[in-house]
Amino acid sequence: MQQLRTIRTDWKRNWAAYVMALPVIAYYILFHYGPMYGLQIAFKDFSLAKGIGASAWIGFEHFKDFFGGIYFWRLIRNTLLLNLYELLFGFPAAIILALLLNEIRAVLFKRFVQTISYLPHFISLVVVAGMMVDFLGRTGLVNQLIGVFGIEPIDFLKEEGWFRFLYVSSGIWQGIGWGSIIYLAAMATIDPTLYEAARMDGASRWKQMLHVTLPGIAPTIVILFILNMGNLLTVGSEKVLLLYNPLTYETADVISTYVYRKGIMEASYDFTAAVGLFNSVVSFVLIVSANSVIKRLSENKLW
Amino acid sequence: MRPTSGERAFGSINTLLMIGLCVVMLYPFIYVLFASLSDAASFIQHRGIMLRPAGFNLDAYRAVFDNPMIARGYRNTLLYVVLGTSINLFMTALGAYVLSRPNLYFKNAVMFFIVVTMVFHGGLIPTYLLVNQLGMMNSMWALLIPTAINTFNLIIMRTAFQGIPVSLDESARMDGANDWTILFRIVLPLSMPVVAVMILWYAVGHWNSFFSALVYLRDREAYPLQLVLREILIANDTDSMMTDAGASDKYAIGETIKYATIIVSTLPIICLYPFLQKYFVKGVMIGAIKE
Repeated sequence: MQQLRTIRTDWKRNWAAYVMALPVIAYYILFHYGPMYGLQIAFKDFSLAKGIGASAWIGFEHFKDFFGGIYFWRLIRNTLLLNLYELLFGFPAAIILALLLNEIRAVLFKRFVQTISYLPHFISLVVVAGMMVDFLGRTGLVNQLIGVFGIEPIDFLKEEGWFRFLYVSSGIWQGIGWGSIIYLAAMATIDPTLYEAARMDGASRWKQMLHVTLPGIAPTIVILFILNMGNLLTVGSEKVLLLYNPLTYETADVISTYVYRKGIMEASYDFTAAVGLFNSVVSFVLIVSANSVIKRLSENKLW
Repeated sequence: MRPTSGERAFGSINTLLMIGLCVVMLYPFIYVLFASLSDAASFIQHRGIMLRPAGFNLDAYRAVFDNPMIARGYRNTLLYVVLGTSINLFMTALGAYVLSRPNLYFKNAVMFFIVVTMVFHGGLIPTYLLVNQLGMMNSMWALLIPTAINTFNLIIMRTAFQGIPVSLDESARMDGANDWTILFRIVLPLSMPVVAVMILWYAVGHWNSFFSALVYLRDREAYPLQLVLREILIANDTDSMMTDAGASDKYAIGETIKYATIIVSTLPIICLYPFLQKYFVKGVMIGAIKE
């Protein structure tokens, strides 16, 4: 009763705000909860003609097909490895860049380097991939350069052994500057008296970097690392889609590109909905556990 | 305190490293620029690093500007950027405003309802079927409406709105202002920095996006620039741009056309970028507070 009265006063006072919220809520229901409703076709023998509701239930058939299929382990492996390599090389790269940038005393030069290093972040993936196709082709710039040393031309993007290296290194090229911003921001909040005290004790710049700056940004590093762990089974399809081809599927095909090929191109909707659901559930578990780890480690939390 | 010799050495190495980094970041674009300005035949002869164009020839640019697909792609992209960003901004501001109200009984419920979608989503296929069912297939609305709100941006904007003093809201209500007036006359004008960040993020997102167009658009007339670029750069389709070239010249000029295409499509971003950069960086800072 009490609650009802509260709701009524709330409505009287805030009805206009609730009306304003309507388009937003409608949007979320339609475009975020709608697809969740549609996920039921993962358990159905879906036919476009019958529609989502009227198609027949078939239980876990699609999941069995996927787990037992020949591509299952390849997809899991490729998805995990691309993320792990990015975590292993791309993640520290941004931290190192931030540490080095922080040591530059000439303000204008520092700002110049920062500006240049952020630039690739704004270049579209299509252009980045296009430049890679061009530079790494059989007659491209890279082969012209290594040709000087007598190395036979390599068709980099058509060899499965090169894909992961190229994917991760181009990702570092595009993202290292942008990724360093957050660490630079964290460094700006470090108490300057800590540096003074360290200098008093005779710590060199190098020692200050290791014993003041690095511990100062450690919480940020830990949080971002755990957040990244939450995305271990998520590789966006876009860049892979632009760079891979049937010759490199063995190392390049990830869950999202498989879903795109099988689902959108070959119209195998119910099966790929199951693949997508599997991916969403695993990602959900990873993100939620990553977040609870962060919550336990500190007051910081994602939401 | 005077720097020790070790520190000075570290400083010099660091500076050299940073110069090296700038070269690595910039040189690909410089190479592309020089290649695009080169004479096609001399470019094919050229080997290795370019420090200036090989010969000088604007044929590649002429071919790019004469290509109706690129011009149309440009127009389509501009339309999608303007329309899409407007929708994004309107919807995001609406949601952020409501969720920033101080005394809303259902605020936490609505917040939870929205945040859930950040950690769990239906995925590509159910979204595709939904868009299909809504009759938006092969229409530009499929690119604009399903991505109307980025939840992360919504939260950033809400945080900014919450920083506006409640007293302003109260006095406006005394003067008879309703929520719409408060949002558009008080809250938004007072939040211009965050609005600028939102416009930039959304606009760059639309400018660079190709995947939803790839999935939802069948009609080549409606292709955004990025999808046209994909055909030219990745699928290597430059033939349509060479109406009067012989077979042997085709390969040569095809190469320079690709580089000219990259320049023409990337130049607006590179030119605008230095002026907009500080807003982008500010946006990362605003987002970082949340974490």
